[in-house]
Amino acid sequence: MSNPQHHILSVLVENRAGVLARVSSLFARRGFNIYSLAVAPTEDPDFSRITIVVDVESAPLEQVVKQLFKLIEVVRISELDPQRSVERELMIATVKAGADNRGQVVELTNIFEGKIIAVGGESMTVSLDGNPEKLDDFEELLRGYGIVEMQRTGRVALPKIDREARTRAPKGKAS
Amino acid sequence: MSKKQRITGAEALIKSLEHAGVDVMFGLPGGCIMPAYDPLLKSSIRHILVRHEQGAGHMAEGYAHVTGRPGVAMVTSGPAATNLVTPLCDAYMDSIPMIAITGQVSTAAIGTDAFQECDTVGITRSITKHNELVMKAQDLPLVVAQAFHIATTGRPGPVLIDVPKDVLINEMDWYWPSEDEVADSLPGYKPTSKGHPRMIKEAARLILQSEKPVLYLGGGVLKAHAAEAVAELQKMINAPVVTTLMARGAFPDSHPMNLGMPGMHGTASAVTAMQKSDLLIALGARFDDRVTGKVAAFAPEAKIIHVDIDPAEQGKVRRPDVPIVGDCRLVVEEIIKAINELTDGGERQADIGAWRSKVSGWKEQFPLTYEPSAPGEALKPQYCLEQLRDSAPEDTILVAGVGQHQMWASQYWRFEKPYTWVNSGGLGTMGFSVPAAIGAKVGQPDKTVWAIDGDGCFQMTAQELVTASLENIPVKIGILNNSYLGMVRQWQELFYDERYSEVYLGSLPDFVKWAEAMGCVGIRVDSPEEVQPAIDKANSINDRPVVVDFRVAELEKVFPMVAAGTSNDDIILPESQRELKGFLK
Ligand SMILES: Cc1ncc(C[n+]2csc(CCOP(=O)(O)OP(=O)(O)O)c2C)c(N)n1
Ligand SMILES: [Mg+2]
Repeated sequence: MSNPQHHILSVLVENRAGVLARVSSLFARRGFNIYSLAVAPTEDPDFSRITIVVDVESAPLEQVVKQLFKLIEVVRISELDPQRSVERELMIATVKAGADNRGQVVELTNIFEGKIIAVGGESMTVSLDGNPEKLDDFEELLRGYGIVEMQRTGRVALPKIDREARTRAPKGKAS
Repeated sequence: MSKKQRITGAEALIKSLEHAGVDVMFGLPGGCIMPAYDPLLKSSIRHILVRHEQGAGHMAEGYAHVTGRPGVAMVTSGPAATNLVTPLCDAYMDSIPMIAITGQVSTAAIGTDAFQECDTVGITRSITKHNELVMKAQDLPLVVAQAFHIATTGRPGPVLIDVPKDVLINEMDWYWPSEDEVADSLPGYKPTSKGHPRMIKEAARLILQSEKPVLYLGGGVLKAHAAEAVAELQKMINAPVVTTLMARGAFPDSHPMNLGMPGMHGTASAVTAMQKSDLLIALGARFDDRVTGKVAAFAPEAKIIHVDIDPAEQGKVRRPDVPIVGDCRLVVEEIIKAINELTDGGERQADIGAWRSKVSGWKEQFPLTYEPSAPGEALKPQYCLEQLRDSAPEDTILVAGVGQHQMWASQYWRFEKPYTWVNSGGLGTMGFSVPAAIGAKVGQPDKTVWAIDGDGCFQMTAQELVTASLENIPVKIGILNNSYLGMVRQWQELFYDERYSEVYLGSLPDFVKWAEAMGCVGIRVDSPEEVQPAIDKANSINDRPVVVDFRVAELEKVFPMVAAGTSNDDIILPESQRELKGFLK
């Protein structure tokens, strides 16, 4: 997941219908794939924060960021440097786990400080939250047992408070 | 405390438009928008009933071009909304302030494939500056006020308001928001207008140091009402000027330092001056591919000062040395002050005398030119334009379609004042000129409006001349009728080995009869001798539209030309100048 082309954008928007479509269509029209996307209201319910992870070269990204900032409902955009941000993601996965290896899956989940959500005869559902990289590792190890279904939320991120996160808000304002 | 006034959404919509200062709108009613057409009966707003909604959109654009005020188009849902797509995109590309109001099916029916439903906000999202589906009648005044604010501030553009039928029918408590309330309701929208002082100082310094400056004026100069300020800056630094297709009229063509239009069909002097320049002062211009040619080979030695109100234009095509985000007029005024401060402090402008004489030499040696027709030969389109230009009443507004005739119009007219040129630059929309001319005439009823159209373009939107006749909007249309989709034919001749594919339009229709059928005066011109009398007659008619069908040479080509994707250094000159090419150094 720590692909060098990964860019994490934190976009503060008005919490209104259609905003997500506007944001995502700016990526779509350029043929850029959104790697992950998380969106929910902020501390102020009038605004939402969208965390977008996108794989693009820096130059075209700069143009998209500027275009994003032109959207009337976009209030602020920062590109977050992973070194100076806290990132979290949640995953839930249903894994094949019968009587013979259930113990191994439980042990693995405990090592990762995950949770066991449900247990069935042939499978169990576990959850884990944390750094996206930690989730990658966990996912990789679960594959050995056979993942039946899995869902990750996509990352959410905020600048670290100890040192000021390096943010790259475009200069000037929307027009 | 004022007493609450209960009115319907439809009444609120029309009342809001009145409060926003709308005096005229262009439209055509239908099912979903019908409630809004009822209060229009007692409104002060003049409504012009079009024959096709695309016409309403281009009329709104033409109106906005010449007045600077947003043009308003109102249509119904579904097919009417999709008919507005082209003008919306056109207005978006050329930064034209425009308000589009579309009917929508009732809120409960949205998303059910109801009769005449389409996802209008979805379809128009990427071709509007902003759009909004209104879900409550109570929101209408605020949304209308926001739309006008957004359309006219920052980089102007079209805003669409989609109004479901029940929202028009439901009642609301009337209010009209103050300017502050509108601004506060848009927390993400704060256009910059003042340039950064450090950048402005840096720009002033570069200007004084430059030995080969060029003022590169784009449409933003007109949008910002910056023509006067730009003229003052030019006078101060004496630099040559180029005016892009969107900026024709922003600086007088009669000025000896105006080199005319740069780009694909620009003058040799404008194209070459940019190529050889050491400093391009780009004002409200966006380095369009039709101007730069092959970007990697564009103005290789030039530093760039880029003034644009849209931060996204900075560095989009060419990295500026000095980016300045701000309103063109305000920034140019500040640059003038900064230059004065530097010169007061003892700095002096570099000597640009050699550059000026070089550029003047090019201008003299490489004028626009064409082969006049020999006796008995077909009429030349450029000749028609020269005659039209020389007989045009003062302050005539020229409108153009898209194709060869558009390029000739831009080349051969003499633009002396801002807002006298209306055309479709960014989108290149065939069919633009007839309705845009009507909109322009509605906006400036006291000025003569001539549209130069192609025979191909005319056939796309000509029916709006019925609107013009019935509404008493006496525009004049000159068709440069070459029986071809001429511009495409020219490319096939030059780049496809004369393999003509689907470009011949044939000898029909009879444009005179068609004009007459639409209530216009129709005049046909076949030979050079008939040109002047026809123009005089057209200019004397002011009680109805006139269509002049100029039957021009079929195979005439537009020169100079920089072929798409090639370097501006490889400009193709008119035949008579080709052996002089070596002087363009
Ligand atoms: C709506 C639309 N369709 C197609 C084109 C491509 N196109 C550009 S110029 C042109 C020919 C226009 O023909 P005409 O109006 O006769 O003008 P001429 O070039 O002959 O002066 C065409 C087809 C376009 N610009 N717009
Ligand atoms: Mg033609």
